[in-house]
Amino acid sequence: MPENGSRPQVEPDLTVNFAGIRSPNPFWLASAPPTNSGEQVMRAFDAGWGGAVWKTIGEPIVNVSSRYSSIDWNGQRMMGLNNIELISDRPLEDNLREIAEVKKRYPRHAVVASLMVESKREAWHTIVAQAEDAGADGLELNFGCPHGMSERGMGSAVGQVPEYTEMITAWVKEKAKTPVIVKLTPNIADITVIARAAKRGGADAVSAINTINSITGIDLDTFIPRPNVDGKSSHGGYCGPAVRPIALNMVQQVASDPEAALPISGIGGIANWQDAAEFILLGCGTVQVCTAVMHYGYRIVEDMIDGLTNWMRQKGFATIEDFRGLSVGRVTEWKHLNLSYKIVARIDEAKCIGCELCYIACWDGAHQCIHLDRVSGPVDGHDVELHTPPAAIEAATRASIAVTPIPKLDGHGPATGATPLARIPRVDETECVGCNLCSLVCPVEQCITMVEVETGKGPETWEERTSSQGGAKECAPPGLTTQRS
Amino acid sequence: MRQDPSIAEKFQDLHPPFAPQAARVEADRCLNCFDAPCTAACPTHIDVPRFIGKIARDNLRGSALTILDANVLGESCSRACPVEVLCEGACVFHRCNQQPIQIARLQRFAMDAFHASGGTLPRRSAVERAEKIACIGAGPASLACAAELRQRGFQATIFERRPLPGGLNTYGVAEYKLPARASVEEIELIRKLGVEFRHGVEIATEADVAALEREFDALFLGVGLGPAHRLGIPGDDHRDVIDALEFIAQYKTDTPPQVAESVAVIGAGNTAIDAANAARRLGAANVAILYRRTQRQMPAFSFEYEHAKQEGVRFLWRVMPVRIHADEGGIRSLECVQVQIGEGGALSPVPGSTFHFDCGQIICAIGQSPLLQLLSAVRGVELRHGRVAVDRPTGRTANPKYYAGGDCVNGGREVVDAVADGKRSGIAIAEHLERAAQGAGSPEAVHA
Ligand SMILES: Cc1cc2nc3c(=O)[nH]c(=O)nc-3n(C[C@H](O)[C@H](O)[C@H](O)COP(=O)(O)OP(=O)(O)OC[C@H]3O[C@@H](n4cnc5c(N)ncnc54)[C@H](O)[C@@H]3O)c2cc1C
Ligand SMILES: Cc1cc2nc3c(=O)[nH]c(=O)nc-3n(C[C@H](O)[C@H](O)[C@H](O)COP(=O)(O)O)c2cc1C
Ligand code: SF4
Ligand code: SF4
Ligand code: SF4
Repeated sequence: MPENGSRPQVEPDLTVNFAGIRSPNPFWLASAPPTNSGEQVMRAFDAGWGGAVWKTIGEPIVNVSSRYSSIDWNGQRMMGLNNIELISDRPLEDNLREIAEVKKRYPRHAVVASLMVESKREAWHTIVAQAEDAGADGLELNFGCPHGMSERGMGSAVGQVPEYTEMITAWVKEKAKTPVIVKLTPNIADITVIARAAKRGGADAVSAINTINSITGIDLDTFIPRPNVDGKSSHGGYCGPAVRPIALNMVQQVASDPEAALPISGIGGIANWQDAAEFILLGCGTVQVCTAVMHYGYRIVEDMIDGLTNWMRQKGFATIEDFRGLSVGRVTEWKHLNLSYKIVARIDEAKCIGCELCYIACWDGAHQCIHLDRVSGPVDGHDVELHTPPAAIEAATRASIAVTPIPKLDGHGPATGATPLARIPRVDETECVGCNLCSLVCPVEQCITMVEVETGKGPETWEERTSSQGGAKECAPPGLTTQRS
Repeated sequence: MRQDPSIAEKFQDLHPPFAPQAARVEADRCLNCFDAPCTAACPTHIDVPRFIGKIARDNLRGSALTILDANVLGESCSRACPVEVLCEGACVFHRCNQQPIQIARLQRFAMDAFHASGGTLPRRSAVERAEKIACIGAGPASLACAAELRQRGFQATIFERRPLPGGLNTYGVAEYKLPARASVEEIELIRKLGVEFRHGVEIATEADVAALEREFDALFLGVGLGPAHRLGIPGDDHRDVIDALEFIAQYKTDTPPQVAESVAVIGAGNTAIDAANAARRLGAANVAILYRRTQRQMPAFSFEYEHAKQEGVRFLWRVMPVRIHADEGGIRSLECVQVQIGEGGALSPVPGSTFHFDCGQIICAIGQSPLLQLLSAVRGVELRHGRVAVDRPTGRTANPKYYAGGDCVNGGREVVDAVADGKRSGIAIAEHLERAAQGAGSPEAVHA
């Protein structure tokens, strides 16, 4: 039974029509090494990808050797990937011939040509005509590449200036017969400024985000940042799971701005169906993937399709449009949040393993309201509760005498059964501010839950409170009302 | 050390070392618990999450120094400790049905790297002090005591009757856990720190003790326990009735003993298991452990019992040896009787249950006796049930000049307990002598 019991069981339909580009599913390969050649794109389509944005074509370039570096996290490889690669280094004619070949063999799949040429009207007109003649279903303008190309006045050098973005988009639109997608750079203070410019220029859609300027790390033996190109490095573009929250935020900003609102192709750290669903919930019509495919290959799309389908079936969604954008309105400005809503942390003693990470997190990083001693109420006539601070607890352990248990004399050593009560922390709910921190650090799922408590106060937002006190007190300077942090 | 080259082959590491990447992956699993239960369970209170975190962050020197700060025999403990009932037994992961962190193998990883890099023990104080301390016995307890004192600038001398240092660390712990060579190499660092070792010296008589008292400001007794108890049955003086400790010491540090086709091991403690496993590895086809009581009362750790079964050792429960039968060719059999366990644990023979266990060798491992002769030579030191009575936090005996720790105090526990005792005494002796020097107003400290 689907959870949504009343709806008839339908086989979810994943097909999309993205700004006029049709695709059997919303999963596209982003313009990157996985879409470097026709042979690759055809294998990707065989694996299940619905579309591919071809590796950016344009001026002939050469690449350096040693191009990537990454951030590993707690034994996991490539949490974040950084590259200093430029656009396609293959001859333009080869790329165009292969685009034509792929389109001929895979007419139902989406092939989008990613373009980048110098900022001259004729150059753009020429490449648009070439790509469309080859059979591309759409065009993506790469205004985002943050390294190398930007030094030559292309890529993010265009995408960081609204006037250039608008102008070049308009040039392209003069010529283009297929939908035009502008790919946005995140290396900018307010992404909606560029999204609006793209819209003014006539873009049919935007895609976001391109990579984020980065230096991933430095070799501590040679002092050379990575990737090392003969003793020197260059700042690169950061992508992979680490950037996903940044991408989600930028997507939401574009999706919720009426002056920027265009179909969005979501990009940035997407690696599985859950990630994809989140981008779609924030308004994306398609999603694009690069790092995850570079890590694991085209085969990951199988579970992206399967997982999304199962989730849609469970939720009773028949099409992508049924849930696209559902979460956009759930992000609001802070001043509209309900100040009377109150949650507190609650520890499930049966699940607690006694690591005491919540205790130290709350003491050192939050509000000192998780305790190991079970004192409650005033102690020694003081009005405040006295608790053993962390250092004293550790000192007591160091001073204790422990011996190896001998089975015959001492039983079987430290209990491996239930967590001793002394190691299970307790939350002082009157002091808890409901920040969530302890529930975030707790290693056991569902052990610390945040539960709503009745405050007895009706809902009230900051805006309501300050206006009722006569005149809004803005904490941001006048004129700055969009999200800043 | 004259260890036979075949021993290394036959007694390969039970827990092989980690490869570097595997160590980091395992280190990354550690939750970094606050007031970590693993640290609390370690008798030396090594800061486990701290040293593991340093492995994860590729600070191997810092990791090893964290270990050594708490436990100067960090290498041998990483190999010899019964971690199932110590740190790893306390790891919180048990409580969510996950494998505990492999703390001991990580500890070994850090210590191996430290030794491979030529690391040396750090001093806690650069001040050289004049006070002299004698530590009797070169086992883990004395080593920890002497090292602690030396690190604080005191002059420490160890007296040991055997040719090699380490006590049972070198002569007793199963070779597949801790090779004698690794034990001796680890102690080299303590020697380099400036602890003086006098080997081949047995402190036995009141005169020996009196001479030491004249020369030294404080004395530490880390003499361990004595030889294994005798079986006390007819025929137990046969040359093929062997003390388990001698048997183990011989294969570890001398020509390996000849083992018979069939070997009976009497007793079911950890020593019995080590001896039985060794007999198997040295070539005995049939090795059985004979124990008066049942598996539930067995003094050995249950993981040791499981391990012995894997080594092919058989266990015969509720069996009491009665008589040894031998002829010119050697021992023929051990006559045994089945016993029943009555009220209060009293044992009584089951009538008509006598049987013969055919064997050519009998290894006795029914507990070690206290070193009463030496201990009674020390005036003012009190014994309780054959153990030296001490104040636990300091190891001080009833005679304030004497401190004691390790097996002679706890009746026989583990290496790490001896280290913890020795270290506590080292700190207490240092603090006592520092206070005495200040009180006397005569600064004995001279700057190095
Ligand atoms: C067979 C066996 C296996 C063991 N396996 C393990 C194991 O796997 N893991 C573990 O943690 N523990 C194990 N133990 C226990 C561990 O070895 C001991 O708890 C530990 O060595 C005790 O240290 P100690 O310093 O008190 O005494 P010892 O190690 O016994 O050292 C005492 C030293 O004092 C010397 N000495 C004694 N009397 C005199 C004297 N009068 N004059 C000069 N020197 C003297 C002795 O020769 C000896 O070198 C094992 C014990 C045995 C018997
Ligand atoms: C809960 C929280 C509150 C923060 N509040 C402030 C603040 O008041 N002022 C500020 O300059 N930065 C604030 N920051 C940002 C941090 O100072 C820091 O710049 C940021 O977290 C990045 O560092 P990190 O990756 O080490 O966390 C805050 C960060 C967190 C997590
Ligand atoms: S929610 Fe925040 S304040 Fe409340 S107990 Fe947890 S960490 Fe402390
Ligand atoms: S973090 Fe979770 S498991 Fe750890 S002590 Fe707190 S409640 Fe228990
Ligand atoms: S108890 Fe386990 S997880 Fe916690 S600090 Fe110790 S080894 Fe790490």
